[in-house]
Amino acid sequence: MARTAVSRRLTWRVARLAETREETATARTLVFDVPGWPGHLAGQHVDVRLTAEDGYTTQRSYSLAAPADGDRVELTIQSVPGGEVSPYLTEVLSPGDPVEIRGPVGGWFVWRPADPAPVLLVAGGSGIVPLMAMVRAHRRAQARTPIRLVYSVRTPADRYYAEELRRSHPGLDVTHLYTREAPGGEARKPGRLTIVDLNAHGWPPDFGPDCFVCGPTGFVEKAAGILVNLGHAAHKIKTERFGPSGG
Amino acid sequence: MGIVSPGFHGRRRGGVTLPPGQYLTEDFPVLSTGPTPRVPVETWKFTVTTELGQEYHWSWPELLALPSETPTVDLHCVTKWSKLGTTWQGVSLDTLLEEVESAADYALVHAYGGYTTNLPLQDLLDGQAWIVYRYDGEDLPAEHGGPARLLVPHLYLWKSAKWVRGIQLLDQDEPGFWETAGYHDYGDPWREQRYQGD
Repeated sequence: MARTAVSRRLTWRVARLAETREETATARTLVFDVPGWPGHLAGQHVDVRLTAEDGYTTQRSYSLAAPADGDRVELTIQSVPGGEVSPYLTEVLSPGDPVEIRGPVGGWFVWRPADPAPVLLVAGGSGIVPLMAMVRAHRRAQARTPIRLVYSVRTPADRYYAEELRRSHPGLDVTHLYTREAPGGEARKPGRLTIVDLNAHGWPPDFGPDCFVCGPTGFVEKAAGILVNLGHAAHKIKTERFGPSGG
Repeated sequence: MGIVSPGFHGRRRGGVTLPPGQYLTEDFPVLSTGPTPRVPVETWKFTVTTELGQEYHWSWPELLALPSETPTVDLHCVTKWSKLGTTWQGVSLDTLLEEVESAADYALVHAYGGYTTNLPLQDLLDGQAWIVYRYDGEDLPAEHGGPARLLVPHLYLWKSAKWVRGIQLLDQDEPGFWETAGYHDYGDPWREQRYQGD
């Protein structure tokens, strides 16, 4: 098992919001300037700390949405109604405002452009975020390994990175699955991920792909179970789960 | 004090003290690194291996025949959520290790699926740790570590290995899965020991 040894101390760094992009009606990408950022691998996450004027602080973990790019750190945050942190980050925080960030964290759910195996990415909802970092790392490195993304969303309006994924790039295949409402002309009836979907749009197990699955717990349980049933080795399936949480 | 984020007020909790950096959740989020292992109780086995290589085994019926306890404990996950007042049923490690002859100082916990985690042996003793098989009055679901998991609630939850299959007693500390990947060797939530160097 490849692991990333992290032996240095992770310090809190000031991160200033540089720009934002709307992904959906409720999700926003935040690009921060973080002077001294040590870099990271696609799939890793960071801790974000917010401090109020009276000294109250709270923390959340968010996946990095893009590969390392100097002092730039990019997160995509789904606003959770009534949440303590995500509505603030997506609706209140303005360009120039600071938060604190430390990381990168997590040495298991990572993909490196030099990894030789074909790649299968299976995303449910906002679980696309760390997988998009892998897609972007693949494109930036012009990696020769083929990569397939199967991305399940409720409706076309719920797709993150819609324009960028429509353009695709050499070596990348993207399949969108819709659970509630599909765009016109879509042959597949809206519904949850099935073994047929991953059989059709994934890799055969004997290709030995590295599989990354990210999404809500129920989705990850389902997708990882399907991959095992299709014959993929359990150790080739890496999962990351976004449980419902305090937002 | 940290850098103030303008316009951030946060939501104060009344009356509940959590470890630093944690927030309260009512859900029970699931975190694991791969597919959920399905371990039939017919073949389930729990093994303690001493530093001299001696092995002690328990089958599923043997585990269930041991005196059980029903601890109600708070859970603190390194990913920031805390869940309070969870009730479990299982066998205290004091009971399981009672007959085990060992002078080891460390334990490396092994799980079905290959996961490992390490901790000092003394953190498994004195009513601090259990092998649990029921949660909230029900059999422990596989996604939460069933049929049986370790519960050692005074440390971050990654130490409470799901799908537990054995404990290796060691003279020397040997880092486990997350401990090798940059997470803290001990993981005390009240000292916010999330990552190495914390």
